[in-house]
Amino acid sequence: MTELPSAVRRHRPAPMVRTVLRRPAALVCLAYLALLVLASLAAPWLAPHGPTATDLDHVLTGPGAAHPLGTDNLGRDVLSRLMYGGRPSLIDAAVAASTVLVVGAGCGVTAGFLGGWFDRVFSWAVDVMLAIPVLVTLLVVLAVVGDHQVLAMAVLGVLVSPGVARVVRGATLAVRQELYVAAARVSGLGRRHILVRHVLPRVAGPVVVQVSLFAGGALMIDAGLSYLGFGADPPTPTWGNMIADAAAVTDRQPWLLAPPGVVLGLAILACGVLGDAVRDAGAGRSTTATPPAPRSRPSRSRASRPRKGTSHPPVPASRTDSSPALLSIHDATVALPGPHGMTTVVEGVDLDIGPGETVGLVGESGCGKSVTGRAILGLLPGRGEITEGSIVFDGTELVGADPRTVRALRGRRIALVSQTPLTSLDPVIPVGGQIAELVRRHHGGTRRAARARAVELLRAVRVAEPEHVATCHVHELSGGMAQRAAIALALAGEPDLLIADEPTTALDAGVRAEVLDLLRQVQRERGLAVLLISHDWKVISRMCRRTYVMYAGQVVESGPTADLLAHPRHPYTAGLLASAPGRAAPREPLRAIPGTVPAPHEWPPGCHFAARCALATPACAAAAVPLLEPAPDRGTRCLRHTELGKGDDRDRATAVRS
Amino acid sequence: MLRLIARRLLVSAVLVLLVSLLTFLLQAAAPGDTARTILGDHYSPEAHRLLAHRLHLDEPVLVQYAHWLGQALRGDLGSSPISGLDVGAEIAGRLPVTLSLIVCTTTVTAVLGVALGVLSAVRGGRIGRAVDLVSLIGYALPGFWLALVLVALLAVAVPVFPATGYVAFADAPAGWARSLVLPVATLALPGIAVFAKQTRDAMLEALSRDFVTTLRANGASRASVVLRHALRNAAIPVVTLVGLTSVGLLSGTVFVEAVFAMPGLGGLAAQATTQHDIPVIQGVVVVFTLVVVAVNLAVDLAYARLNPKVRVP
Ligand code: SF4
Repeated sequence: MTELPSAVRRHRPAPMVRTVLRRPAALVCLAYLALLVLASLAAPWLAPHGPTATDLDHVLTGPGAAHPLGTDNLGRDVLSRLMYGGRPSLIDAAVAASTVLVVGAGCGVTAGFLGGWFDRVFSWAVDVMLAIPVLVTLLVVLAVVGDHQVLAMAVLGVLVSPGVARVVRGATLAVRQELYVAAARVSGLGRRHILVRHVLPRVAGPVVVQVSLFAGGALMIDAGLSYLGFGADPPTPTWGNMIADAAAVTDRQPWLLAPPGVVLGLAILACGVLGDAVRDAGAGRSTTATPPAPRSRPSRSRASRPRKGTSHPPVPASRTDSSPALLSIHDATVALPGPHGMTTVVEGVDLDIGPGETVGLVGESGCGKSVTGRAILGLLPGRGEITEGSIVFDGTELVGADPRTVRALRGRRIALVSQTPLTSLDPVIPVGGQIAELVRRHHGGTRRAARARAVELLRAVRVAEPEHVATCHVHELSGGMAQRAAIALALAGEPDLLIADEPTTALDAGVRAEVLDLLRQVQRERGLAVLLISHDWKVISRMCRRTYVMYAGQVVESGPTADLLAHPRHPYTAGLLASAPGRAAPREPLRAIPGTVPAPHEWPPGCHFAARCALATPACAAAAVPLLEPAPDRGTRCLRHTELGKGDDRDRATAVRS
Repeated sequence: MLRLIARRLLVSAVLVLLVSLLTFLLQAAAPGDTARTILGDHYSPEAHRLLAHRLHLDEPVLVQYAHWLGQALRGDLGSSPISGLDVGAEIAGRLPVTLSLIVCTTTVTAVLGVALGVLSAVRGGRIGRAVDLVSLIGYALPGFWLALVLVALLAVAVPVFPATGYVAFADAPAGWARSLVLPVATLALPGIAVFAKQTRDAMLEALSRDFVTTLRANGASRASVVLRHALRNAAIPVVTLVGLTSVGLLSGTVFVEAVFAMPGLGGLAAQATTQHDIPVIQGVVVVFTLVVVAVNLAVDLAYARLNPKVRVP
């Protein structure tokens, strides 16, 4: 046998049976089904009475000592009949389920595995057959062949197979496309080998789920047919004809409906729950197949961070003008739920934006830029929360404020333009309708006025043919056009602050410049303050007078953009600048920063950048680095920032914060 | 869009042909002799030969099928060898009963299911668990048994609704509604849970999309985000469910009409099966198939209305 590549072997599924058996619900269901099988098999020995033994002196007794489940209208023991009646029901369901297994799962696996013309014919046939009314077709079979229920159940299996086959085909296709089958194929294994050793074990889960769910349905249909009189002839008991018998005497002994109904219902339920358990086990397995994650770290210890509490000196005004900030974030810390529990993803961020000012927020993806933007809007994903610090907008504290306070600001005072225009607009409502909705929400007025205003807004963001575009759905627009529409949407409430989260990243280079120009124009015309989140220095240098650099959840450097570009005070900024492809005249040869941003749960207690820093010393890793002020209006979280700006006379100013 | 409809119609035509041919072949392969059954006591070899000839029973099965098909296309589904009644007329008389059941059940299922699904997506928690529980019960309870229990409770023990029968809408609208309550409740229960689950999943998916964040960030109200934007997006996958459940619903009518002794097509099918009345059951199969086709066509149109990407430019 050919040896498999190691990647292939590692992905072998853990034995599913064991995973399923660890679930108590699955165990109970299996036990119940086993009990039913045993009871019906052993009925001749275990049943207290014969299935057809009548006792006309004791009819319709109800549960009692002699007859634990009572007697029916002929005085026959219900418990005994239930036990005998289980056999045909279970056999029928087994026949139907096996048929589905062979026909449905077989066709599904074949179609998914072979692909090509077989798959096309298969898909077409499934389309046609899914519309066949199953039960009536089954009745045709019964009408023709007579009361041949086993055959009918096999036909039922065939009729239901297309639905099952479709699901199984999907699962097979997914497995086939997975890396390891591709790898196995490259390494020259035979088709049959791939099918038997790799595809079938992985598809087994979905197949078991489907067959198990169907078995429940088969039990139900079988009982139904026998209720209608197409099963075993009386007096031979089946669960179905027991229900029919009970129905005839509902007015005198309604209890009789209970035993066969409950036994049958529980059997169907057991099949369903079992199917669900297998599905869940499959889902669980695929997550455990990934390499074990590093041990979860408890939420970052507060002590490891410089504390900036009440005794802390006032925030130095990083903004040059002295007018009060429109937005002032101070020491904001945000935690989001993640695979490692609540994890701090933004830590101690200070950021100010003045009225009408455009401020940049730069960093690699995963640094916490977008989360910071969302935190301002009170729209953190899941149960995310601001655990510490404050966000003051125009004099109003937003952290811990009534949700209504924040909600009232959205759109009217603070608005958002996000990264991918094509997904940030509702795909099923025309863009004009969406803008008009927000116009009405913010300013009231008639529908017609709002529509006119929407067109006006579209014209303001320089959309050609705004009347026409207003009636378009987002998928009919180009990326640039959609982003203009998104900006119009954000302007609907005439906000004071626009959070633009990577507004041009998803656009083509040419369109990018146009959208930036538009943003700048809008900003000037309306005196908007803009928080521009980006990883593109070109965008930042073009738009922003002041810039904050974020790394691993912290602001590591801040200052006037031109100054920051010329004299970075943090090795990360320097590396980022050096790596930036868009930089006009790099003063140093391009050098990428080695390594990657650590995930939030892996942040070191000391400098977050230490692992990637060329200048790192033991002191850097020893304790959290506070925000230093190397020059007026500048901030950095680097202990050795002086090394970076050597020769720069402004370096002497090293006012230490905290 | 037009292509979609054309394709659907083509598939439907193939489907109807296939189903009717299948029933024909089955009948031919089966033991038993229709002419003999019809003649009963009047059997003589000569009469048998004549009748078989008149019914085309002495010809190859495909020729018989062509005869049947030709007549069916002209609206003539033949007559029952048992009762002698015209199959087409019999079906036309019973169709309103079954259609009432299907339309009412689908409406109730969709409205309640979607409402529950939205609630459990937005509120989660207890309502979510209740939906899970109801869906388990709906899956596990055999419909005809549930129907019998409902009759025992609400028609026999506390006579609120009629236990059996059907009142035509034209005769007495209120009576019509009362006669439908129990059957519709029986048929709707499993479907409600299916709709609720699917709606919940689709809503959760829609609510996690980018545009929801954008709309909320720019001030759209919570109600509008949930009901206008997310629900419209979630409706796209949910609508296709109507097509899938309608097939199951037709099966359900067979049992439910039997339990409630409603003079509909499902009951007719069951009765015809017992009597081996092939032309009748064949007619019912064809009509049921047409109903499925019609529902699917309606679903396609609704789908196209909801999903602008499918619409004709
Ligand atoms: S504090 Fe040390 S490790 Fe961190 S950036 Fe500065 S020199 Fe590098």
